[in-house]
Amino acid sequence: MAGKVKWVTDIEKSVLVNNFEKRGWIQVTDTEDWNFYWMSIQTIRNVFSVDTGYRLSDDQMVNHFPNHYELTRKDLMIKNIKRYRKELEKESSPLAEKDENGKYVYLDFVPVTFMLPADYNLFVEEFRKSPSSTWIMKPCGKAQGKGIFLINKLSQIKKWSRDSRTSTFMAANSGKEAYVISLYIDNPLLIGGKKFDLRLYVLVTTYRPLKCYMYKLGFCRFCTVKYTPSTSELDNMFVHLTNVAIQKHGDDYNPVHGGKWTVNNLRLYLESTRGKEVTNHLFDQIHWIVVQSLKAVAPVMINDKHCFECYGYDIIIDDKLKPWLIEVNASPSLTSSTANDRILKYNLINDTLNIVAPNGEIPDCRWNRSPPKEALGNYQVLYDEEQAMSENTDRDLRSRSGQSLGSKSTKSGSVRPVTATWK
Amino acid sequence: MDEGTEISVTIAQVVQRLRGTHLHSQLEKQAKECLHRPEIKLESLKEDVRNFLRASGWERKLQNAVYRELHILPPPAHPAATPEHTKEPLEYMRKAQAGWEKRILKSLNSMCTELGVPLARKRPVAEQRHLTNKWNEMGTDEPDLSRFRPVYAPKDFLEVLISLKNPNHDCSEGLTARSHWGLIQISLNIHDIPQMREAYKELSLNCGQLGIDDHAHVPPDLFESEHLRIGKKVLSEQDSAAAQQYSRQGCPTGLRAQLWALILNATNEPEDIMHYEQLKAAVIHHDLLVDNLIYKDVKLTASNDDYYFVFEDFLYQVLLCFSRDTAVLEHFSYNSATPPKSYIQGKTGAEEFAVVYPPNGVIPFHGFSMYVAPLCFLYNEPSMLYSVFREMYVRYFFRLHSISSSPSGIVSLCLQFERLLQTHLPQLFYHLQAIGAQPLRIAFKWMVRAFSGYLSTDQLLLLWDRILGYESLEIVAVLAAAVFTFRAENLMEVTSLASAEAVLADLSTLQVMPLLQIFLFATAI
Repeated sequence: MAGKVKWVTDIEKSVLVNNFEKRGWIQVTDTEDWNFYWMSIQTIRNVFSVDTGYRLSDDQMVNHFPNHYELTRKDLMIKNIKRYRKELEKESSPLAEKDENGKYVYLDFVPVTFMLPADYNLFVEEFRKSPSSTWIMKPCGKAQGKGIFLINKLSQIKKWSRDSRTSTFMAANSGKEAYVISLYIDNPLLIGGKKFDLRLYVLVTTYRPLKCYMYKLGFCRFCTVKYTPSTSELDNMFVHLTNVAIQKHGDDYNPVHGGKWTVNNLRLYLESTRGKEVTNHLFDQIHWIVVQSLKAVAPVMINDKHCFECYGYDIIIDDKLKPWLIEVNASPSLTSSTANDRILKYNLINDTLNIVAPNGEIPDCRWNRSPPKEALGNYQVLYDEEQAMSENTDRDLRSRSGQSLGSKSTKSGSVRPVTATWK
Repeated sequence: MDEGTEISVTIAQVVQRLRGTHLHSQLEKQAKECLHRPEIKLESLKEDVRNFLRASGWERKLQNAVYRELHILPPPAHPAATPEHTKEPLEYMRKAQAGWEKRILKSLNSMCTELGVPLARKRPVAEQRHLTNKWNEMGTDEPDLSRFRPVYAPKDFLEVLISLKNPNHDCSEGLTARSHWGLIQISLNIHDIPQMREAYKELSLNCGQLGIDDHAHVPPDLFESEHLRIGKKVLSEQDSAAAQQYSRQGCPTGLRAQLWALILNATNEPEDIMHYEQLKAAVIHHDLLVDNLIYKDVKLTASNDDYYFVFEDFLYQVLLCFSRDTAVLEHFSYNSATPPKSYIQGKTGAEEFAVVYPPNGVIPFHGFSMYVAPLCFLYNEPSMLYSVFREMYVRYFFRLHSISSSPSGIVSLCLQFERLLQTHLPQLFYHLQAIGAQPLRIAFKWMVRAFSGYLSTDQLLLLWDRILGYESLEIVAVLAAAVFTFRAENLMEVTSLASAEAVLADLSTLQVMPLLQIFLFATAI
């Protein structure tokens, strides 16, 4: 039992390799026996494909769920969230409450989005309702800001669909080059006049029951160019996209800080300029939407016991301090752009390994998935379904004896129908 | 002078300064208007008007304004004292400052000649329009700054301070071990730890402190909640003096911006906003040579800083406006420095053609923008940010780069720092001195910037809470000594200046308040 962990990776990043070596684990190739495989999403597809028929044994772990794309592909995430809302509505769950404008009170956390070309007609209908709005087109299966562009006229989308049909547009049948089109958040919160998005890391060790952790050391990614909502700048991607991969090509990219600001800085700034209550509320809301997005995909996720996953959540905050979930990445970049970035990512992997491979020992996929508090490092428990269930039972008992909890929750959103455990 | 005359002199000074201010005319207006109110009776007119001004909050505003004047007023001097004496009582200090100013000005002028750039020029209309459009994103418009260098850096300034000598004090006589230990060769009245324990009693071990007693593992009931409640009360009372006292135990993050503004009596009223807009117009109309120094400084410091790069554009705005603000000149009545003068072309030396340059009389040096940077975390409105910064400058920061005998002046801070280390860590001091790593050579840059850019922002703000609370920069020197104490063990092992600097290179993980508290109250004396 006390053998050394044999590891494989197809992502040769120093933050990974250094962490494995620090634990005295032994590197092997994927044709040998291995215990721990940190793999790209291309590889995970093969591991779990029907053709290869690979069977993982109890002492093997991998860093993805087989159908993680239910969450990490833009179109599927939207589909799952829409389905989740409908189901809750059907159950008349208090979570599905709507306001006077027909918007979900608690579940309106992704910008209005359609699949293209499938939902083209629905999109046109929505577009005509607010013709001055800007929309953002993103290819479903690509990351790092590739293939993204903005439109604010219907003619642009018509042109695009014509062009792509004659070239590589295969969406209708294969789904590979499908796009999503989302309402562009045109009132983002600006700091120092600059636009930014949030990158947060979330670890999931099981979907049923759901257990997830939030990494405390997320960061804001700033655009190097001033934000102007004017349409003349629509073509300047540096203004709109905050992905480091894109920003790196801007003239003003600074290699010292890489345009990254810690979440702690964000909190200090918001608390100083807006007060503690609204700041706490914002962070609560962010945690809330992460949990809800995971709950939305939990029923369809193959909850393979050999799997865990560390997601990169991209969130934009608007000027009313409402957070919006933009997308979730299955393979957040492990490339380090600055010295601080390297430390952060090294620690992220270190803390992740401490949870999923306790004490650096050979993993056992039947592990109880309840790491002791000391092992969490910079992670904090975001949601633990088992624990929440037992809390709810307690509360139900209490409320039955006392006054009833009531199925309708208050609108303020401060009283949430479900006790999450990040507090 | 006896106490009675002293007070009446002070009162006269304050009255003189407030006469004709916007507040004065507002008070008059309010007093006139209230005469129509039913509760104002003719027979008790004076008393009723007073009561009205009190109830409507105007008395508090007057109080805060008086309080502000008391802050910056120099202590009443002997009637025969000259204005120079008020600026700085010691002649050799005045001379040293004048010599230093001459050097700076010379270097500025030679830069002008070398580069063929005028000190000031009117911008062509097209350029004015361009700048107006670019006002919020000056950082993206990168002029070629490679030919400009900062006029001076803190280390140049340190050399001047080291060379200070008191001509009335013959160093060769009474040579004590102490006098040749450190770099500062003069004597000033500085405090020892027992005196500081008295002065900083709110920082003692049995007093609640933000920065210590608000940590996650301390139940908020013990201190934090009550302190927060009092903070809100202080704000609702709008009492400047109470806010200052409160700040000694630290300002809660969510209230700090308002509390500091209250302490400094900095407002964002329409007239403040108008003043700011006028300064902005002045920037747009004229281009100054110092603008390039400001650009260069921001690029060299804040733009590369993990905490402050986000605020690059705010820094340009505030600093450019600052350089045009002639209201800053007022502070030279109590600053040992004298605003530099330049002459209109061809009239060199003719007093009637002399103009203060830059208009605010302050030549920025390398690191100057770090005085503004932390404030960007508190104020997202440029005009408010500006008001607060200007007040911080004319109360405190100017002392960090002028030669004076003030207890908050940089010379006193240097001496204070050296004496604290010599007294409480003589072995460490001796060791560092022996290997050629004079502690002051390392600590000087921290003190000149009041630690801005060295500590993490949350910690820096806790430190500046105390600067405002105690109305003194002395605490900066104490912290510098406390940092050496904290790293003493590692420092005892180094054998060169470079390795000592390496041990002290990263201060961003330090917790300011525990360091200060332990140094002041748990050091054996």
